[in-house]
Amino acid sequence: MSTLRVCALYPDLMNIYADRGNLLVLERRCAWRGIGFRLTPCGLGEPLDGEVHDLFYLGGGQDRDQRLCAEDLIATKSEALHAAATRSAVILGVCGGYQLLGRSYELGPGEQLPGVELLAVRTVREDAPRLIGNIAIEVSFGGAGKGVLAGFENHGGRTHLGTDQAPLGRVLKGHGNDGRSGFEGARSGNTIGTYLHGPLLPKNIWFADWLIATALGIHVAELAPLDDALEDQAHSGALHAAGI
Amino acid sequence: MSVLLGPKLALARAAGALSQLRGGGATSVPGKVLMRLQPDAVGLLGSRLVGGSVLISATNGKTTTAAMAAAILEREGVRLVHNRAGANMAGGIASTLLAAAHGRDAIDGELGLFEVDELWLAQLAAQLRPRALLLGNLFRDQLDRYGELETIADSWAGAVRDVLGGDARLVLNADDPVVADLGRERAGAAGDGAAAAGSAQGGSGPVYFGVEDDSLALPHMAHAADAKHCRNCGAPYLFDAVYLGHLGHYRCPSCGQARPEPTVLATDVRLEGVRAARFTLHTPSGKAEVALPLPGLYNVYNALAAAALAHALEVPLAGIVAGLESTRAAFGRAESVMIGAPEHPRELRILLVKNPAGANEVLRTLALEQGEHDLLGVLNDNIADGRDVSWIWDADFELLAGRLRRVTCSGTRAAELAVRLKYAGFEPERIHVQPELAVALSAAQADAPPGGAPLYALPTYTAMLALRELLSAGGQTQSALS
Repeated sequence: MSTLRVCALYPDLMNIYADRGNLLVLERRCAWRGIGFRLTPCGLGEPLDGEVHDLFYLGGGQDRDQRLCAEDLIATKSEALHAAATRSAVILGVCGGYQLLGRSYELGPGEQLPGVELLAVRTVREDAPRLIGNIAIEVSFGGAGKGVLAGFENHGGRTHLGTDQAPLGRVLKGHGNDGRSGFEGARSGNTIGTYLHGPLLPKNIWFADWLIATALGIHVAELAPLDDALEDQAHSGALHAAGI
Repeated sequence: MSVLLGPKLALARAAGALSQLRGGGATSVPGKVLMRLQPDAVGLLGSRLVGGSVLISATNGKTTTAAMAAAILEREGVRLVHNRAGANMAGGIASTLLAAAHGRDAIDGELGLFEVDELWLAQLAAQLRPRALLLGNLFRDQLDRYGELETIADSWAGAVRDVLGGDARLVLNADDPVVADLGRERAGAAGDGAAAAGSAQGGSGPVYFGVEDDSLALPHMAHAADAKHCRNCGAPYLFDAVYLGHLGHYRCPSCGQARPEPTVLATDVRLEGVRAARFTLHTPSGKAEVALPLPGLYNVYNALAAAALAHALEVPLAGIVAGLESTRAAFGRAESVMIGAPEHPRELRILLVKNPAGANEVLRTLALEQGEHDLLGVLNDNIADGRDVSWIWDADFELLAGRLRRVTCSGTRAAELAVRLKYAGFEPERIHVQPELAVALSAAQADAPPGGAPLYALPTYTAMLALRELLSAGGQTQSALS
């Protein structure tokens, strides 16, 4: 029996938008299929082994906590994360976690948080209202075809994609990375950053399964089907809330 | 000034009456109109109160704490102007004052008792210059509206520093590190001994309240706990006991900042399911047994807050206890209603849920009741509920896994709630999704278990209003709904 080995980065600090829901969805869907599941938290100051996890998760946090984690990521975890990305492990950053996967986050004049540079994005907090609301985006994963993700965004930072950086998807409704470009999130291989919380996975169950399959190195069609009637209704409800 | 104010009051009242005729019914309409005509109306009308004003704010428990304080003060013969229905932003408070005001400078009542929205506190305190300010707790709540907890804490700190007069009383929860820290500077100004010596009347140091009962301590901090770092120096707090969310006994190992010694406290707390709680109340005047007709540790905290406020206002201990014991459930907070046909009556208990900390306390209280329960969960995502429904994933519905016979999920985001419950370990075949509230209520009612066990409704704020309206319209509930 295979086991999905998940590493939650700073789960006690970077959890502001119910990030626990994302981890719970991965856990239950593995359990229902008889796939093993192992969750390892990795907090401030703790060394990270990039070789023993299939999926790394980094959620969002308050400014103060995000500052603490930004420094710690660079100091104790950046190398391991790069090694993991190189061997195509899945790395998912949501909201604040997305910002920290990028190159930098400028909080204000003279204050810049460094990122781990897994994604070629740069985030700048503007003196403008936060981008808040329900959002739906269209994503394309090559072989897996197109899909729609629905969720909620709430961010003060505007994220700008570097010249060669692919977005995660195209905004159907909502603000996305910067409220202007029409792009949302960023993706390089299996490293993904997005502003969609709500949380993301319970209401986008196809994406949860894509993450599980990709992290295990199998095709999503190889996962045993589950009864997703409630999850599908929640997806429709989230799309409806976004105005679709 | 009042010469000019008179016509504006009349105009605002007319606008309110018109809005009610049109079925609006919103209690904040006349106040909003008045504030448009006279931006400092709250301050002007508030200055008519000879006893001044008392303000209460918190993430959770504002309405209930204010109801308890009102019960205590009214028994003492104090005539209150009180925003009882919970309209707690500027418009609601202006409406409350407007309804009580008459003549050129008169008002029906001597003391203003206002629960105030967290974000409006600084502004309303600046206008009302309260003689006492009670701050109960700060939990993560509706991040899309309130933003980060630290932002609210900073705005409260500003209100305490810049607005609160030197002779005004500050009443704080010692068990909430963020809230207790707001008293740090005033405690110093009043001299170190004032609070510790337990003399609430002596000096203007804060009155702290808290729980001291090791039997209630949780094995670990709730997942969604906030405020884990010292506001003074940033180091993580050490907790010797956690009672509720991040409320408990804490100290900072780095700068030595620690929970202040409360002078109003609860010991020997006994929780009696969804109905009641008992505890021993200690104040500097003595101690007494309290039989609280409201459930859960969260209501013990509300009672302590109200008791500390009343103590700061010099109400004797016997009056505090009598007031607390006569408190009735506030609007939608542990309210009990009889539903169904007269020959098969069934109790519906309404327990408002709106954020993880509050929901966890409701779930913990429900888990105290024996047997399998029927639940009606109503999740709305209107502005007053918070558009972002993420919070349900931070609430510990797992506490009720395996304890539910039937769950009906309703509201604008009914299916999201159903998914949450499924992943919390509830059996999917026991979960029914019906977004339409009236249909959901009848379905839940039709499938009643033999023996007439209660139906527990867990609605968000606008869902609670809709549910009450539905029950009132049904006619069978007037006696229970006040």
